[in-house]
Amino acid sequence: MIVEIGHYALALALGVSVIQVLVPFWGVVRQDRALASVGSSAALISFALVALSFAALVASYVRSDFSVSNVVANSHSAQPLIYKFTSVWGNHEGSMLLWVLILTLFGALVALSRNTLPPRLRAGALSAQGLVAVAFLAFTLFTSNPFQRLSPAPAEGQDLNPILQDLGLAIHPPLLYVGYVGFSITYAFAVAALIDGRIDAMWARAVRPWTLLAWTFLTLGIAMGSYWAYYELGWGGWWFWDPVENASFMPWIAGTALIHSTVVMEKRDALKVWTILLAILTFSLSLLGTFIVRSGVLTSVHSFASDPARGVFILLILVFFVGGSLALFAWRAPLLRQGGLFAPVSREGALVVNNIFLATACATVFVGTLYPLVLEMVTGDKISVGAPFYNATFVPVMVPLLLILPIGQSLAWKRGDLLGAAQRNAAAFGVSVLVALALIAFTHGGPVLAPLGIGLGVFLVLGAAVDLGERIVARASGWRAMLSRAKGLPRSAWGTALAHAGVGISIIGIAAAAWSSEAIAVLKPGERLTSGRYTVVLEGVSPRTGPNFRAEVARFQLFSGEKELAPLEASKRIYTARSMPTTEAGIRTDWLSQAYVSLGEAQDGGVAVRLYDKPLILLIWIGSIVMALGGGLSLTDRRFRLAAPKRATPAAAAPQPAE
Amino acid sequence: MSIAQPVRPVPAKRRLTRKQRRLVLIAAAGAVLFFAAGLVLFAMRDTIVFFYGPTEITEKGVAPGTRMRLGGLVEAGSVQRGPGQRVSFAVTDSTSSVRVTYDGLLPDLFREGQGVVTEGVFEGAGRFKADSVLAKHDETYMPREVADALKKQGHWQPDGSAAPASPAAKP
Repeated sequence: MIVEIGHYALALALGVSVIQVLVPFWGVVRQDRALASVGSSAALISFALVALSFAALVASYVRSDFSVSNVVANSHSAQPLIYKFTSVWGNHEGSMLLWVLILTLFGALVALSRNTLPPRLRAGALSAQGLVAVAFLAFTLFTSNPFQRLSPAPAEGQDLNPILQDLGLAIHPPLLYVGYVGFSITYAFAVAALIDGRIDAMWARAVRPWTLLAWTFLTLGIAMGSYWAYYELGWGGWWFWDPVENASFMPWIAGTALIHSTVVMEKRDALKVWTILLAILTFSLSLLGTFIVRSGVLTSVHSFASDPARGVFILLILVFFVGGSLALFAWRAPLLRQGGLFAPVSREGALVVNNIFLATACATVFVGTLYPLVLEMVTGDKISVGAPFYNATFVPVMVPLLLILPIGQSLAWKRGDLLGAAQRNAAAFGVSVLVALALIAFTHGGPVLAPLGIGLGVFLVLGAAVDLGERIVARASGWRAMLSRAKGLPRSAWGTALAHAGVGISIIGIAAAAWSSEAIAVLKPGERLTSGRYTVVLEGVSPRTGPNFRAEVARFQLFSGEKELAPLEASKRIYTARSMPTTEAGIRTDWLSQAYVSLGEAQDGGVAVRLYDKPLILLIWIGSIVMALGGGLSLTDRRFRLAAPKRATPAAAAPQPAE
Repeated sequence: MSIAQPVRPVPAKRRLTRKQRRLVLIAAAGAVLFFAAGLVLFAMRDTIVFFYGPTEITEKGVAPGTRMRLGGLVEAGSVQRGPGQRVSFAVTDSTSSVRVTYDGLLPDLFREGQGVVTEGVFEGAGRFKADSVLAKHDETYMPREVADALKKQGHWQPDGSAAPASPAAKP
């Protein structure tokens, strides 16, 4: 019964979403406020219905209701409760339901957001957002119904893919989806502005919190996905330039550019047309990501079982929303009022440079991700584009941007003083160069680029500190005055500094990977293996039984030089339902570095052991978390909690000929 | 907002018109895009790796020393271990086969008779030195490249062990 209620609620949500598209749109066209305000109620009802539907699916999983074919295919009665719960989105159908849930959640949040939005903009955005919801609800209902019954019901399920039986599944997809789907709101606002034919700083202020929110979650989602891959896959890599990763990385880069261009629009009323285009492109890249991951054009742990009909359906959704919005853009953008003028050397000029570089970097990732697909379609040749390609394209585009970041960040609005900005950052730059030189001297004969990368990271962190320091110290006398200045500094200033420092921290971690080392050997109990600073001694191997798996667990003593650290365990598991083996790496965190052990096969009375020394690797993810904290802090900035400045003319709601 | 700067009068000759400013912007964007396009074209030549099946290597005349991906089935009974961590096995598409050597740990789901994708250098004369053997993440997974290579050779059994029932692996 619960299953049928869930199914019915989902179908009802589709109907309500159709209303959410049509009625507010009609209201905007007819200048009818009552009709326009229907969008808010429809968005709330639609969210409630999808939430009910999602709860029904969760209930079927938690109770191991094997009369639902989705539960049979992806769950097992012996699974621990947490994995029964996360299995809900550990498969195609359930993850689409989660996607729709978050989509409608955002619609509901827009409906509930304080009354600072111009009603026409809100109605238009809800209508556009409703259209996205209609498409994905229809996709879920007609091609990926998670509520399909199975008769007769089997006694036992087929278990979740063991790779996914991990806490990472509870964290990574929801965070990532909030980020991915969050950009649908900026998209909806852009479409609404294009239909309205009017856009101003108020639009930028309305959109900016949503962009920041989506970006913050996407940052966390990507970082947690990367850490999950790092510890789960057992070979110590944390980023593979896999098309599926790129699918989430491209919207992240575009979203980063969008955050920066909305600042220009908000403060200087410039870059309007570009910002609108960027908002459309960012969500288009999210949709492209969905297509890449869900259509089965790629084989990946993310793609689950695929069905050609789904690929075609998602492709149609992609073409409709990307093509439709770009056509709308081509038609309406020339009508938008041109933005203000600005000087090349200024904060806004620096932000334009940021956008040029980020857009280009995004384009290189786009080419690397799609070129193999296109080439195979055209010539039938199969190629793989991996890290060497991105090291030769993405990295050289990003490095100049990051080098000038601290200088751009300390330029003033309107008319900057390049020399002054350079002088303010001279000390930070000097220290970074010294750090890099010292590292080169200290690790003589080692990798050369890595110390430069660390220097760059240090420059970014110090540059962020310098920027904050200047604002707090300048023309303040005494610590009391400084403290009050620090308190008075807008949260968004702290957020900016934190996010930029986070980039630097991550870069230090990434560069330090050049000093990681790896060793492999077959060990018998009592034998040792050394890699870099770490040595492990195999104590023994013993069997163990888990709830739905059997494991061979190897216990190791761990030494860093002569010092003994806490022991660690690595294991090989066989999940009985699918008789599928997995490797559970043993990881010991030592300050910011990690010792990482994974097991190979048992042979000649010993077991193959791989030991990595991963120096400073935690900085990669700490940096990402710092970036996300920066985003979160900016989100709480005072100006987003206040009403947007009202237009002086009472004609705001009246039709205005687009210029 | 940065700290207040003393506003200096800008000399008249340095003030740019709207048109000039737009030109500066377009030139800057063009320069960066041009630079990136150059990088991409350059990288396309050197960093891209082609995928071949064992038969395709002879058909397309792959030169020894070429970096490539090789995919097919692990031939039954062909896996030899040692010395040390060295593993060698034959990759076949049932028409021809290539001998692969690899130093390192094999992925969890490496099995005789099942699909595999390796990346490394073709050494000529049916020998291949792999530096990575790509992991599969599902017991029913068959790399799509392998499935296609087998189809090409007419050895595709959709219901056999080679069924791509649920492609699910991250290379």
